[in-house]
Amino acid sequence: MKHIRQLEDQSVYILREAYKNFDNLAMLWSMGKDSTVLLWLARKAFFGHVPFPLLHVDTSYKIPEMIEYRDRLAREWRLNLVVGQNKKALAEGMNHEKGRIACCTALKTEGLKLLLAEKGYTGVILGVRSDEDATRAKERYFSPRDKNNEWDFRDQPPELWDQYKITFPPGTHIRIHPLLDWTEINIWEYIKLENIPFLDNLYLDQGTGQRYRSLGCAPCTSPIQSTAKNVDEVLIELRNSHVAERAGRAQDEGRGMEQLRKDGYM
Amino acid sequence: MTTETTSQERMNIVIVGHVDHGKSTLLGRLYADTGTLPEGKIEKIQAICRQQGKEFEYAFLFDAFLEEQQQGITIDTARTFFTWGNRQYIIIDAPGHKEFLKNMVSGAARAEAALLIIDALEGVRDQSKRHGLLLSMLGVKQVTVIVNKMDLVNYREDTFQAIEKEYRQFLTQLNVIPQYIIPASAKQGVNITKVSPETPWYTGPSVLESLAHFHLEAARNEKALRFPLQDVYKFDARRILVGRITAGQLKIGDRLVFSPTNKSACVRSIEAFNIDSPPTQATAGQSVGITLDEQIFVERGHIATHEDARPLVSTRIRANLFWLGNRPLETRRTYTLRLATREVPCEIVAIHRIVDATNLDDRHTQSTVLRNEVADITLRTKAPLAFDLYANFETTGRFVLVDHYDVAGGGIITELVPDDQEDFRTEARERDSAWVKGDVGAEDRAERYGHRAAVILLTGPDTTAKGFLARKLETVLVAEGRHAYLLAAENLQRGLDADLHDTRPEEMVRRFGEVARLLTDTGSLVITTTNAFQQATKDIVQTVQTLVNPTPVITIHMTKDQAGPQPDVDLIFAGPEDFDACTHQIVETLKLKGILAELSGSQPAFQFSI
Repeated sequence: MKHIRQLEDQSVYILREAYKNFDNLAMLWSMGKDSTVLLWLARKAFFGHVPFPLLHVDTSYKIPEMIEYRDRLAREWRLNLVVGQNKKALAEGMNHEKGRIACCTALKTEGLKLLLAEKGYTGVILGVRSDEDATRAKERYFSPRDKNNEWDFRDQPPELWDQYKITFPPGTHIRIHPLLDWTEINIWEYIKLENIPFLDNLYLDQGTGQRYRSLGCAPCTSPIQSTAKNVDEVLIELRNSHVAERAGRAQDEGRGMEQLRKDGYM
Repeated sequence: MTTETTSQERMNIVIVGHVDHGKSTLLGRLYADTGTLPEGKIEKIQAICRQQGKEFEYAFLFDAFLEEQQQGITIDTARTFFTWGNRQYIIIDAPGHKEFLKNMVSGAARAEAALLIIDALEGVRDQSKRHGLLLSMLGVKQVTVIVNKMDLVNYREDTFQAIEKEYRQFLTQLNVIPQYIIPASAKQGVNITKVSPETPWYTGPSVLESLAHFHLEAARNEKALRFPLQDVYKFDARRILVGRITAGQLKIGDRLVFSPTNKSACVRSIEAFNIDSPPTQATAGQSVGITLDEQIFVERGHIATHEDARPLVSTRIRANLFWLGNRPLETRRTYTLRLATREVPCEIVAIHRIVDATNLDDRHTQSTVLRNEVADITLRTKAPLAFDLYANFETTGRFVLVDHYDVAGGGIITELVPDDQEDFRTEARERDSAWVKGDVGAEDRAERYGHRAAVILLTGPDTTAKGFLARKLETVLVAEGRHAYLLAAENLQRGLDADLHDTRPEEMVRRFGEVARLLTDTGSLVITTTNAFQQATKDIVQTVQTLVNPTPVITIHMTKDQAGPQPDVDLIFAGPEDFDACTHQIVETLKLKGILAELSGSQPAFQFSI
């Protein structure tokens, strides 16, 4: 498992750089497998502690098991959990039937922006990976966002060796991506190696011949046909699969992700 | 592809070359022909092409941004993954357009090997050479050259050989020997996944086969230890030093020396989370945490090594630098230099020559380096820097310069340029490593005394009442219960310096520095002025700093001139009248710097811990 330990060392280095250089730092946690691995890596980096708040942007449409799991780990691992929600948009009845991109923008992008603005975070750690989506393949480990949270992918700063962008103008912030080099398979390999608790009743087949490969909001995430009942079987399935991981995520269709991410989506 | 065994190796490969020579096409073809693409991906892109009325290109598979597809160019580096044989590759597709050189550099800086593409019809172009030069500077030593679009020259051997000869010659000047030079056509799939009949005269491997011939970086464990400190944590009452080992290895019990401070202590434990038995050693590449057997002053930026193989230390280095900033690099402007985890202000003192990437000739020396240029420079750092030559150690032999908010250039260190502190630095290092210590450490004294040791040096022209303020400060500090002592340089003249007969000003400063070193080792706050010295203030401060290192020297400048340019010091008093207020301000500054605790006594509380 040497390659997994290499990935771990790199991610731990990035997390420690973030902790050292950002006064107001937070980590996004969606309870999915990636951001949970990220959370685990933080515990590795800081010897069992998580010295910054974990943000959950709650769209209110999450699968109920996710919320139960969130609260349980927060208790057991003594996490500083901060939950944000775009209450105004929800009060006005926002849901996916008003358009998936509109819903994602309002409840996730705007929900995140509101939370960032309220708390004034200057560094936000996210579990996005290069192999998830073509725009994420072009991300930096430390990626600046302007005053409107926008990503200027036409003019990204150079990123040389292990020297990251840690200085930035007031009012802007940096998105930090420690998992950029991990693949979906690497995530599962690490979950197995470290025995990380994950949402097994969603990610594994419970006898219905279905499991979730990627978790999002209930209305816009569909399970895949799969009989994988443990992590080993998930790994075997993935190594033989040619279907994209986020194929079950509705907002990715067309140019959805490019537009969403330019405007500040994760 | 069915592989149930897990891949054991990871390798980063960058694809570089001149714009439009076919980098993204090669990448797309490689993925398509190895069956690595997600289901339906080609069909999806083909449908978009039909819709927009243009011909399908493999490049579209990875040029993700709308703008990239519209313009038919790659703007930013894409990272893609595929597994072949027993290896997981991350293939980094770098843009070839000169405009996006900073993106190419960002991509190549992560790579262990490179595929450099040259168009058979166009031949060797500007960026073919510039990318070759940058690869050698970025530390990418393994290069395979692909002469692409061979279909456009009817797979002629002589065309291929002419390009091979020209480019091989160019790489030789950079001390790069290409592993292979492969004739290929990415568009037609010739020599991509297997050697094809179109080039019967070619006997080497296909592009895919050539990947397996790239070696993973040999373990850097055999080298001397380099452990740049990233941070110091105080979790659960343990003081943990964290960082990434960039070369060599360390184990429990090893004596480590930290540069440039020369402090030393032994490794007591190696800390880890969620591990059954704690590790006893750690090696290059690992992000680790260690504890020491002694509480010594260490902070981010210090480099830990073994005693017999320390890094170099100077305030001057010579380097080859590539500049990516929008503003030209200029002499006499301040930049932030970052080397491993160290950050220090610096300025360029000389631009010796600009290297023209296209013919490796020199351009006339000038006072600026423009964007995308490579230059041979000397720079000076504001504080002593611990470093290595790039030829010996990669990570501690290279640095970046930050201009404004952005990393704007990168350099590799070619030479140590001795500065005038060299002799004093050697003296301090040798003296410190032979120092006989008692059982009471600096931290024990600080706990007891309510302050750490420091030198407080008052500078400025005569008749600014430096001596008066120094005496006042001593009185106030002692009244608070601090161990402060006014060390007037005059007091050395008829005793320790009697043999000098006032004739060797430099030696007087040296001896003064050594006395100050002794007093600070007792944990005292040493207060002094530059009154009795005959040297320039700058030299006095530097020498004292070098000799008492790493004890802080707090400089306080007194002047009657309230306008005019002021020196770079910790505090300035221009024409002060209220000396009580000045004294108070000095005390507050000492608290802010973590030198004075809030109160002396049994429970000292430092505002900022070191």
